[in-house]
Amino acid sequence: MRQVQYSRTGSANRRAGSRYWRSKSAYLGVIPFFLFASLFLFYPTLNVVTGAFRDQQNKFSTEILFGLLKSDRARQTFFNSLEISAITAIAGAILGALFAWALVTGEPGGIFYRISVALSSVLAQFGGVMLAFAFLATFGFNGVVSSLALKVLPNSFLADSAWLFEMRGMIVVYTFFQIPLMVLVFLPTLENLRPQWREASDSLGGKSLEYWLRIGIPVLTPSFVGAALLLFVNSFSAYATAANLINLSNFLLPLQIAAALSSEVGGANPVEAKALALYMVIVVIIVMTLYALLRRRVSKWEKTR
Amino acid sequence: MKFNKVTKVSLVATLALALSIPMMTSATAAKKTDWSKMTSASQGGGMGRLIAACQKEGILNTIALPHYWADYGSMLAGFKATYGVKIDEANPEAGSQDEINAAETLKGTKRSPDVFDIGAAVAGKYKGTGMFAPYKVKLWQYIDGAESGGGEYTPNYTGILTIGYNAGKFGTVTKLDDFFDPKFKGAVSLNGSPLISSAAINSVFMINKAVGGTFDDLSKGVAWFKKLKDIGNFVNVDANAATIASGQTPVVMDNGYLQVGVQKQFAAVGVSWKLFTPASVGSTYNSAVSVWAPNPACARLWMEYTLGEVGANVWALGGASPTLWQHLLKTGRASAAAKATIGNSKIKAEKPTAAQSAAALAYLKDAWPAAVGAR
Repeated sequence: MRQVQYSRTGSANRRAGSRYWRSKSAYLGVIPFFLFASLFLFYPTLNVVTGAFRDQQNKFSTEILFGLLKSDRARQTFFNSLEISAITAIAGAILGALFAWALVTGEPGGIFYRISVALSSVLAQFGGVMLAFAFLATFGFNGVVSSLALKVLPNSFLADSAWLFEMRGMIVVYTFFQIPLMVLVFLPTLENLRPQWREASDSLGGKSLEYWLRIGIPVLTPSFVGAALLLFVNSFSAYATAANLINLSNFLLPLQIAAALSSEVGGANPVEAKALALYMVIVVIIVMTLYALLRRRVSKWEKTR
Repeated sequence: MKFNKVTKVSLVATLALALSIPMMTSATAAKKTDWSKMTSASQGGGMGRLIAACQKEGILNTIALPHYWADYGSMLAGFKATYGVKIDEANPEAGSQDEINAAETLKGTKRSPDVFDIGAAVAGKYKGTGMFAPYKVKLWQYIDGAESGGGEYTPNYTGILTIGYNAGKFGTVTKLDDFFDPKFKGAVSLNGSPLISSAAINSVFMINKAVGGTFDDLSKGVAWFKKLKDIGNFVNVDANAATIASGQTPVVMDNGYLQVGVQKQFAAVGVSWKLFTPASVGSTYNSAVSVWAPNPACARLWMEYTLGEVGANVWALGGASPTLWQHLLKTGRASAAAKATIGNSKIKAEKPTAAQSAAALAYLKDAWPAAVGAR
C-alpha cells in the first residue's frame, strides 16, 4: 500500500530518476529518528544485555545473572514490582475507561471534555519528585489533608498517614498517573464506536445488555487490554516517584538497580544492576509483544469498519 | 611587484614558519611542567607557578558539591574570587560512587571531573587502581590521618552524625528514647537508604552505639529502628532540603555539616532546629585528584586551597570538622567564628573499619527491609 503511494507522488513531480530510488528516498526522513533511537535506546540496551553476562572482573560469566534467581531479596523485589504494576494497571484501566466513557457520552468537544483531555495530558506526565512531594504535602504526616483530618476525623485512615509509605500508598500514587494515561489512550477507541452499530442492534430488537455483550465489549476488549498492558509497563519502569517516597532499595526493581549502581557504602555492583535491568527488559519485551499482537487485532476491525 | 605562483606560495610558507617559531618555543616552555604528573606544588616549581598554570587553564570541573554541604557554596565562591578562574559544577546531588562513574564515562573529554570529594568506602575501593593522581598538599604532614590515603587521596573533613529536630514543635529532647513518644508520630527519617547512602548507614551505626551495640553487631540498632517503625514514629521517606523546609520531615538523622545549614535557614524564619547527638559516630570524607583531570593544575590548586588554612575555616563554619583543625588550633589560626561553630575539642568520632562496613552492609541487606519494610 505505502509503496504505491510513494511512487505515485514520485511520478507526479515529473523529475528524472528511477522510481525505485525515489520511493526509497522517503525513508531518509526517518534517519534522525533511528539515530536517536540507536543512541538512546538500542545502544544502551545492547550494553545492558552484554554487561549482564559478566562477573565483577568483567569476564564472561552467568554467575551473577543466575545467582539473582536464587536470591530471596531479588525475587521479592521482582514480585513487588510485578504486583504493583499489575494492580495499578488494572485499577487505572478500569477507572480511566469509565472516565473516558463519561467523556464520550457527554458532549464531545464541549468545555468539560476539552478541559478533561488537557488535564489528562498534563497529569499523565506528572510523576517523579513532584508527584511524591505533592502526596507528601497532602496526605503525609503533617500534610494538609491529614492535619485537617486529625481535627475533624481523628479515627479515619486519613489522619494516620502510615499507609502512604507502604504498598497501599504506592498503589494510590501510581494510579494517579495511570488514570489520565488510560483516558488518553482509550478515548480514541471509544470515539470510534459507531452509533450505527447501536442502531442496527436496536432495529434488530437487541436490548442494551445484548448490545454490550455481543458488540460493545467484544469490540472494545482488545483495545482495553492493550491499554492496560501499556499501563503495566508504565508503572513497571517508574522510578523517581518511588525513590522519593519510599526509602527502601529492595522495594521495587528500579530502586534495587539504583542501589546497585550508586551505593556509596560499598554495595555498588554494576553487573548486578545490568542483570536486574535485563530481567526488566525481558518482562517489557513479553508485555510489548502481547501489546503488538493485540494492536494488530484492533487495527483489523478499525480498518474494515 | 609581481610574483609568480611558486614564489608566492614559498613566501607565505616561509612567513608562516617564521611566525610559528616563537609560538612553538613558548609552547614547549609551558609544557616543561606537566602538572598532571606533579605530586606536589614544590615539584612543579612552587605555588606561584601552580597558580599561573591554573589561571592559564581558566576552569575547574567539580562534581557532587552541594552548596549547603559543609558550606561548599562559600568554598567555591572563594576559589573563584581568589584565582579568577571559572568553576563548572556538575551534578551537585551525586553520591561518591557517581563521581567515579562520571570520571570514567567522561574520560578524555573536557567535562570529566578534576577533583573528587568521596566517602571512605569508595576512596578505599579505588585506592591503588590508578584512579587517583597522587598529590600531597603543602600542609600534608599536619593533616590528621593523611597517611591513610598514601598520598592518593587526603582526608579532608569529618562529619559527626546527629539528630536534628524542630524544637519549636517537639520541645527539647534529652534522651534517645524520647523519640518513642507518640508526639513524634511519622516524624523520624533518614537521609537515604542505609544500603546506598553513607549518611544513612552511619545513622544506624550511631543509634546502634547509643543503645549499646558495637560496629561488629548492628542488631541492637536495627531493633531500635524496628521498634520506632512499629509504633509508627519512623517514616520511610527520603529526607531532603524540600521535605525539611516544608516540615514533612521534622526529625532527620544526618551529618552535622548538613544540619548546621538547616539551622541557619530555619533561624532566619524564627524556627529553632536543635541537634541531639546520642553517640559520637562519624565519617571522614576525602579529597582526590582524578588521574584524567582535564585541568590538572586547577585540580591541584583546589587541593591546596581546600586543604589549607582558608578551606579548613570554611568547612568548620559549615559544621564539618576539618582534618587540619588541630593544627590550626595549635598554631592559633582557627577563626573565632569557626571555633564557635564546631568548638575547640578534638573530634573523636568513631568509625567502622572497612571490614566492619562490608559486614554491616551484608547484614543490613536483609535485616533493614525486614525491620522497617513497607509491607
